[in-house]
Amino acid sequence: MNMKVGVLDYGVGNVGSVMRALEELCVTPILIDRASDIHIADRLILPGVGSFTDCKNLLDKGGWTSALKDEVIGSSKPILGICLGMQLLADVGMEGAVDENGTAGLGFISGKVVGLASIGCKSRIPHMGWNSIILGSPSGLLSDIPNGTDFYFVHGYAFVTENPKDTIAVTNYDVSVTAAIAKDNVWGTQFHPEKSSRAGFKVLRNFVEDSSC
Amino acid sequence: MLKVRVIPTLLWKQFGLVKGIGFDSWRRVGPVLPAIKVYNQREVDELILVDILAHGVNDDLDVESVDDFAHECFVPFTVGGGISKVEQVQRLLQIGADKISINTAAYATPKLINEISYRYGTQCVVASVDAKCIGHQKWQCFSHAGHKATGRDVVDWVKELADRGAGEILITSIERDGTMQGYDLDLIEKVVEAVNIPVIASGGAGSYQHMVEAVLKAGASAVAAASIFHYTEQTPLGAKVAMEIAGIPVRSKF
Repeated sequence: MNMKVGVLDYGVGNVGSVMRALEELCVTPILIDRASDIHIADRLILPGVGSFTDCKNLLDKGGWTSALKDEVIGSSKPILGICLGMQLLADVGMEGAVDENGTAGLGFISGKVVGLASIGCKSRIPHMGWNSIILGSPSGLLSDIPNGTDFYFVHGYAFVTENPKDTIAVTNYDVSVTAAIAKDNVWGTQFHPEKSSRAGFKVLRNFVEDSSC
Repeated sequence: MLKVRVIPTLLWKQFGLVKGIGFDSWRRVGPVLPAIKVYNQREVDELILVDILAHGVNDDLDVESVDDFAHECFVPFTVGGGISKVEQVQRLLQIGADKISINTAAYATPKLINEISYRYGTQCVVASVDAKCIGHQKWQCFSHAGHKATGRDVVDWVKELADRGAGEILITSIERDGTMQGYDLDLIEKVVEAVNIPVIASGGAGSYQHMVEAVLKAGASAVAAASIFHYTEQTPLGAKVAMEIAGIPVRSKF
């Protein structure tokens, strides 16, 4: 099967490392830099670094928001959000927002993205480095990943899911922090699989190959 | 639980890796690419690559080479040396760097730190500070790979860097660099107390015990080292075993 994995390049994000990690897995990724092209891919990866509001503005301006809604909700196309890309899947995010109502996200998985300090984290922020995950609801994305596996995290905000069953893994950083989420054809990891060495490759392989993903 | 990272530092000068003593008397230690490949194979926690000839202004970082290096790196990769413009950061992140380290340019243009962290997030800004002890519990910052005194006090400067949006501080003791006699624990402790962002200890590691001390005594979130890995049989994995025995949480291999 010739799976086409599209990596969305909407103007920000570490697309280089995601593309290379996929190449290591012998998947030929397609870099998609126009929203109108996203129908070409069978599966989508939404990377992201920077601030929630900035990235969401880029998604809106480039026509990505509506294109993603058509493909992911309309056509049930699988999507994996990485780091800020996962946070953008939420209903709303507080980072860089103009008021306390926050900035609207893509709304694919119900929840809110809030600062780590606001959920009681008293450790140094950003949460940066390797941290172990604790598995929650089972998901194909984390198949063959043992409980306690270390992944690489770098973030100052966290996704608080509205439905606990959407959380498929958490990590502890003073408080419990969402590490991975899943709902229907939508997946997300707060950690960077493309920078998590072999464990990360396994997660990307699961996303690309597992039929439940 | 968050793990304490062990980070090999790769100093890059023209065609290869070098390592000096006290930021001087550079010795060639081999080519860059094979070193990155080996560290990647061994699943190190993270890598820092610094071009020691680039000091900002007109010395641009060799982006094409960094692109080749990033190709082989599937662990977090920090690139530094001569970064003085936001556009350079954009390019480096595009080709696969995860974080950039800023040193010299920040003294002349401190708002560079604000601009980069605003645009790409605090997590990708490693503020690198090279320090020399100038008296009892007093350290001064040096720029241009340790050559120029800036007149700035280390504690004041790291606070400013953190306020401006740096995500991490990489603190290097110039006197301890390359000596393998141990980190400047007082310096590291002062920096750890001054900021609420992760602090990477650098300069002077010569044994696993030095790394244990930097974490347990000085409170470092990560330990960086070069000479110990270039010149001795000690390895990042060995360091982590020793740290684990000392009760420090370290990452286990998948």
